[in-house]
Amino acid sequence: MTVAFEEKAVLEFKGRMLMMTVLLLKDLDPNTLHRQVSQRLDDAAQWLRDAPVVVDLAHPEDVDQVALMAAVDTLRGLGVNLVALARNEHLDSDTAAMLGLGSISLAGGRDVPRSAEPAPAAQTDQPAEAGHTLVIDQPVRSGQQIYSRGDLIVLAPVSTGAELLAEGHIHVYNTLRGRALAGVRGDQNARIFCQKLDAELVSIAGHYRVAEDLPDQHRKQAVHITLDGDAMRFADLK
Amino acid sequence: MTKIVVVTSGKGGVGKTTTSAALATGLAQRGHKTTVIDFDVGLRNLDLIMGCERRVVYDLVNVINGDANLKQGLIKDKRVEDLFILPASQTRDKDALTLEGVEKVLEGLKDMGMEYIICDSPAGIEKGALTAAYFADEAVVVTNPEVSSVRDSDRILGILSSKTRRAELGEGDIPASLLLTRYSPERVERGEMLSVEDVTDILAIDLLGVIPESQAVLNASNSGAPVILDGDSDAGKAYQDAVARFLGEQRPHRFLTANKKGLFGRLFGAQ
Repeated sequence: MTVAFEEKAVLEFKGRMLMMTVLLLKDLDPNTLHRQVSQRLDDAAQWLRDAPVVVDLAHPEDVDQVALMAAVDTLRGLGVNLVALARNEHLDSDTAAMLGLGSISLAGGRDVPRSAEPAPAAQTDQPAEAGHTLVIDQPVRSGQQIYSRGDLIVLAPVSTGAELLAEGHIHVYNTLRGRALAGVRGDQNARIFCQKLDAELVSIAGHYRVAEDLPDQHRKQAVHITLDGDAMRFADLK
Repeated sequence: MTKIVVVTSGKGGVGKTTTSAALATGLAQRGHKTTVIDFDVGLRNLDLIMGCERRVVYDLVNVINGDANLKQGLIKDKRVEDLFILPASQTRDKDALTLEGVEKVLEGLKDMGMEYIICDSPAGIEKGALTAAYFADEAVVVTNPEVSSVRDSDRILGILSSKTRRAELGEGDIPASLLLTRYSPERVERGEMLSVEDVTDILAIDLLGVIPESQAVLNASNSGAPVILDGDSDAGKAYQDAVARFLGEQRPHRFLTANKKGLFGRLFGAQ
């Protein structure tokens, strides 16, 4: 006779959207690299210190593995949080493993501008949400994508198929039919406000709800969305 | 002063060519010298709608390539004074269109004293549609009252705001207005179709006109006479209103409500 034991699940797979920074190396000379990267780190970019970084090479076809190792060491020495190497026909996962990195395909992803402007010196130690607020007063159409280093305020409709990304809060003073992703750099205090919620997807710091999962009583209503631990909270904006 | 107008939609089969033909004919009827250009290279249709398919010798690509001059390429309409048609090539593909070549053709038409140049865009958001829209001063976006058409129109509006010459020169968006075609108030009432308000709410642009779903449009296409010439039909009247509004007149929108059934209709109407 066999007894079936019910084993408690010790794992759970979760979908999570993450923002990765891609560092495109055009040259592998360790001295130049050291100088320029430390310069960038000094300039502001707190985000560059914490953010998971994927290394991509501008000329993967004629890369020297020794030079690549040196470059990776240099970056690690500066405290850059390297997590993976961009995979392509010249760089396979074995090369990445040799460097102690994961390998990731960048095909299919989308670029959002990252190094728009260095933050002013006074704000060097401020968290990332201290960026500028971006105000959009034209409709955001299907296929368009808006990225704000700080808060994002939209005064016109956001269409299905449009995407709003902000490191801070997102305000839409009109109908939100597209996607809104607040706190894309991990700010769990980011919030989403909109006058009429009809979104395809809303996300705060990587936690998201698709249209199907939006609470019915808040559909087409003015709403205020926050993140409470792992749960997204919806409240009337009245 | 020449005004270049692109008639576009993103989605195919919504009535761009019908609208281009009607708009051009309506403008010419009112005494404005107008050329309508078919940019749908490889899928030529405008000549059929305009009823000049048996008079096509040269086409847009011939003119761009210098095989023919502009005067040879233009077909003069037989019904309406001041109306010219420049057909698309059926044997080539859209790669034959170059921006330089198109600009040269448009400049040539300006020199001929055209007041309006109507560019009938192909469907899609690829090279053909972008080329048709690039030099436009104004856009007419043709949309059917259903979600996929509305979404595609929205996409094309986004593209117009960045991919036209005026946008690239930093002169801002070109003005765009909405022409809602194949509208059926009965189906809207039954909840089978988006209403005018739904569509204008989503697209957030001015409404140029609403063209009712009409047998007259099909008849017009089959007979090669733009539907605007059929002044007795509801679609013809609606296009005439749209042309008037395009020229700045104020006209109330018609054909937005279902015909109320009469007593007999109510008593004997099929359910």
